Amino acid sequence: MGDLVSLAVKAIFVENLALSFFLGMCTFIAVSKKIETAIGLGLSVMVVQVITVPANNLILTYLLKPGALSWAGFPDVDLTFLGLISYIGVIAAMVQIVEMTLDKYFPPLYNALGIFLPLITVNCAILGGSLFMVERDYNFAESTTYGLASGFGWALAIATMAGVREKLKYSDIPDGLQGLGITFITAGLMAMGFMCFSGVKL
Amino acid sequence: MSQPKKELLVDPLVDNNPITLQVLGICSALAVTSSLQVALVMSIAVVAVTGFSSLSISILRNYIPSSIRIIVQMVIIASLVILVDQILKAFAFEISKTLSVFVGLIITNCIVMGRAEAFAMKNPPIASFLDGVGNGLGYGLLLMLVGVVRELFGSGSLFGITILETVNNGGWYVPNGLLLLPPSAFFIIGLLIWAARTWKPAQVEEREFKIQVVEEH
Repeated sequence: MGDLVSLAVKAIFVENLALSFFLGMCTFIAVSKKIETAIGLGLSVMVVQVITVPANNLILTYLLKPGALSWAGFPDVDLTFLGLISYIGVIAAMVQIVEMTLDKYFPPLYNALGIFLPLITVNCAILGGSLFMVERDYNFAESTTYGLASGFGWALAIATMAGVREKLKYSDIPDGLQGLGITFITAGLMAMGFMCFSGVKL
Repeated sequence: MSQPKKELLVDPLVDNNPITLQVLGICSALAVTSSLQVALVMSIAVVAVTGFSSLSISILRNYIPSSIRIIVQMVIIASLVILVDQILKAFAFEISKTLSVFVGLIITNCIVMGRAEAFAMKNPPIASFLDGVGNGLGYGLLLMLVGVVRELFGSGSLFGITILETVNNGGWYVPNGLLLLPPSAFFIIGLLIWAARTWKPAQVEEREFKIQVVEEH
């Protein structure tokens, strides 16, 4: 249990997907102008991440790993090279399912998150989460925790970024730095802030 | 064809750079720029994937039903990325370890999808191939620029060859350790954007709020 907690803290602060691995940057920069939309997008990333990372973990363990197909009578088959294409397929399908479920059973939530869900399929943070899960050999419990925590970390980063940008638009910025340029520099400063957590050991 | 071929290739380098102007594809890139060699490999991989995915999508463009086009594009891109990944693992294992998940993340690199959707679906194969390669190169150019700054001033070398002798090795240069850490990539890109927009003022964004100037009497 302690392991899982420390894994979660590490995924939220020390190895924040947005600020120390630059994942999901396109949406991070493009959708961080308003706090409400940023929080909406952050929430949907969290939901999708919690579902896709464990789902991909199951696919890896029971279908792709060397020897994983022994239950079907193929003990020598190694399908790991099909990893990328299956993960992205799972993500696209999951996003579609989440969208349809929300539409049917939770219309208010769907109205709030609906526009962001298609964006999420191509959000690198989601695929990145699954790939890190593969690289670090997480088991099912660990990958569920990792999915939740990394999604939360990303949501935290984009919400704070939006907070900064809402104030930033009133400030006097040199012409060339206006918009995109200053956003990058702000993100850099935030990343430095998050680096302070890197010494934390649990 | 309305645009000459040369323009398709050169235009995305500066005038319409995918990173500084279109804000595409920063996601998987910045973490790999702390050394120049890795940045070079990553750029080549992206150029190959954008070029060939645009080419194949453009060849198939009249047969893809528009309702499932995203999935079809995804599958084509993912197959190309798997090829690149396998080639890297076979011939450059050390570098593929350093790149770790970032090769896989080329799939969700917005440049690839963006060019497929915006250009390759409407244009003939050769033009699309050039457009893909051009955008890949524009991305690679920026990646290399950031890589040069970070490796030269962060560890005093280029491609692993010492240029500035560091203090630890008995030289004079005190390396700037910050440049090897993630946040520096944000600063360098921010400053590059500033430089590019000072050079080409047409790219400057409109202010949302005008700062009111109080005139002196």
